[in-house]
Amino acid sequence: MKSGVSLWWIGGGPGDPVLLEGVTRVVTAEFGLPVRAHGSPERPVEAWDPRRGQHASGKILSWLDGKTPAAAGRVLGVTDADLFIPILTFVFGEAQLHGRAAVVSTARLSGLDGVPAPPGVLLARLEKECVHELGHTFGLVHCRAAGCAMARSASLRDVDAKTPHLCGECRERIHNHLREERSHESQEHPHPDRR
Amino acid sequence: MSRKNTRILIVDDEEIVRESLGGWLEKDGYTLGAAPDGESALKAVEEGDWSILCVDLKMPGIDGLEVLKRVKEKHTEIAIVIMTAFATVDTAVRAMKLGAYDYIVKPFDPEELSLMIQKIVSQQTLVRENLILRKALKREHRFHDIVSKSPLMRDVLELAKTAARSPSTILILGDSGTGKEIVARAIHAESPRHEKPFVPVSCAALTETLLESELFGYEKGAFTGASGRREGKFEAANGGTLFLDEIGDISPKLQIDLLRVLEERRVTRVGGTESVPVDVRIIAATNRNLEKAVEEGRFRQDLYYRLNVIAVRLPRLSERREDIPILVDHFLERLAAEMGRDVEGVSSEAMALLMAHDWPGNVRELRNVLERGLVIAKAPVIEASDLGLTLSGHGPVPERPASLQEIEKQHIAFVLQHAHGNVTQAARILDIDRVTLYNKIKKYHLRDVEEHEDAPEPAKP
Repeated sequence: MKSGVSLWWIGGGPGDPVLLEGVTRVVTAEFGLPVRAHGSPERPVEAWDPRRGQHASGKILSWLDGKTPAAAGRVLGVTDADLFIPILTFVFGEAQLHGRAAVVSTARLSGLDGVPAPPGVLLARLEKECVHELGHTFGLVHCRAAGCAMARSASLRDVDAKTPHLCGECRERIHNHLREERSHESQEHPHPDRR
Repeated sequence: MSRKNTRILIVDDEEIVRESLGGWLEKDGYTLGAAPDGESALKAVEEGDWSILCVDLKMPGIDGLEVLKRVKEKHTEIAIVIMTAFATVDTAVRAMKLGAYDYIVKPFDPEELSLMIQKIVSQQTLVRENLILRKALKREHRFHDIVSKSPLMRDVLELAKTAARSPSTILILGDSGTGKEIVARAIHAESPRHEKPFVPVSCAALTETLLESELFGYEKGAFTGASGRREGKFEAANGGTLFLDEIGDISPKLQIDLLRVLEERRVTRVGGTESVPVDVRIIAATNRNLEKAVEEGRFRQDLYYRLNVIAVRLPRLSERREDIPILVDHFLERLAAEMGRDVEGVSSEAMALLMAHDWPGNVRELRNVLERGLVIAKAPVIEASDLGLTLSGHGPVPERPASLQEIEKQHIAFVLQHAHGNVTQAARILDIDRVTLYNKIKKYHLRDVEEHEDAPEPAKP
């Protein structure tokens, strides 16, 4: 089925199973989609920018998109690398709007003003950002509804102010989007019995 | 203004900057455009309606400061942010002097960028709302504020405009909700009397005695409760215009009194003996057939001729359907500002329904239907189902079987709305007395209607 999510740890060290399990749980709950762990050891080394000492998130998205077969549905990369887009000093994550690839980094989610976050806070922030970036792949833009995971995340304060849940309107848009995707899919590949 | 209506143009010779900044802002819901150099940016500004320009300082050809200077010469309302990778105090000062909103160094801190754009959008929204509300406060009473492209309406307005410059009495005829008072105010605004008062009086809203004291004023002790002398509307409008709405509803006695004032140009306050000279231009209006009323003896012929010097007949909305789309835009813009809502317009199905409706309540009904649509709509685009209209034109669609009391409440609210909140007129349509209607208004808590009620009547002499 196309409408699943491949979760791929693409960080430097080994992935933290607690974090990845948390992401799997929240993505399944919010989008109602099956999440499969992708265990390939490949990493997007070409995304490293030595001048900025960071990884280019746009290049990671292209890499994830190219490495994931179309039939696998969406792909969510999680990394501990610090990410940037050329115009900004950093980003927590990035996604292809109406696309299939999203990436989220834990690099800037663990502390605020140099103070390390208490246990559990990193996971909570990561869950919110994963829902947020995946939401963009469904065409969702930033939402102003109180607590919605699609609220803009320009700072840790923004991330902490929201929940990992989508508001009713964003949820409805995702359901409509999924319905359209499934109907498109069934037109492309009709059921054998109906031929 | 919704984020989608905020149009941001990114001007940078580096494609990667255009793409990454555009991508970031697009996810904020803004509408994005991009130009690779100064020349194409200036062209885009002339062709499009941009709210914000993010312009790179150093570009081949026309540089960022030149773009800033040229755009600001013509479009002061556009906020321009200068972006640079190499900041110097000198260029920053020059940019700010030329009217840049801000001067920022690439790469930006995401929070700083988001806050800056949010701040610009908030300021532009405030300026826009302020403008709309100020216009609304002035009540848009000039002819050019009347929204129409209908040839029928254009002819009517042309006649009204010509008549405005003369001192003659004008009689405005038209169904309820066609905009008689708006045209009356436009005539006043266009007339040489525009700096003097425009005083509207709804003749049907008041009882005979109350209307008499309203129009002519009263002396102390004229009736119980008249504790002091009070000027009437004729005196209040001295030098200006008196708008007598629903003139067809005044009593035979008041018809005589009014005729006397129009002939003598003097008023005598109720309970008084001396007459006071008044210099007032009269604009009268009615939705009734005055000629028929004259034939049937319900309206004095001499008063009719005195009022009917120049007749301006306003078309029904169904006679100027081509105006519906522009009226929809006009009302949605005003309502959105008043209600603080984001709205992009109506769906094509909703517009088809609006075009097909009969509009017995004319432009006022259209405004009310749009207000309901805006309240009900969950998305920025108003759908047909939000409007509560049926093709038959008989008002809201009942969503479920209703009780007799609910139907009564809805019908009373509808009739009161039709009568512009005028209880006397509504009571007449409903064929019940005013006291009964007041009791029903109280019973059903029709508070919004109560706001338009007549002022409490003073004790009668």
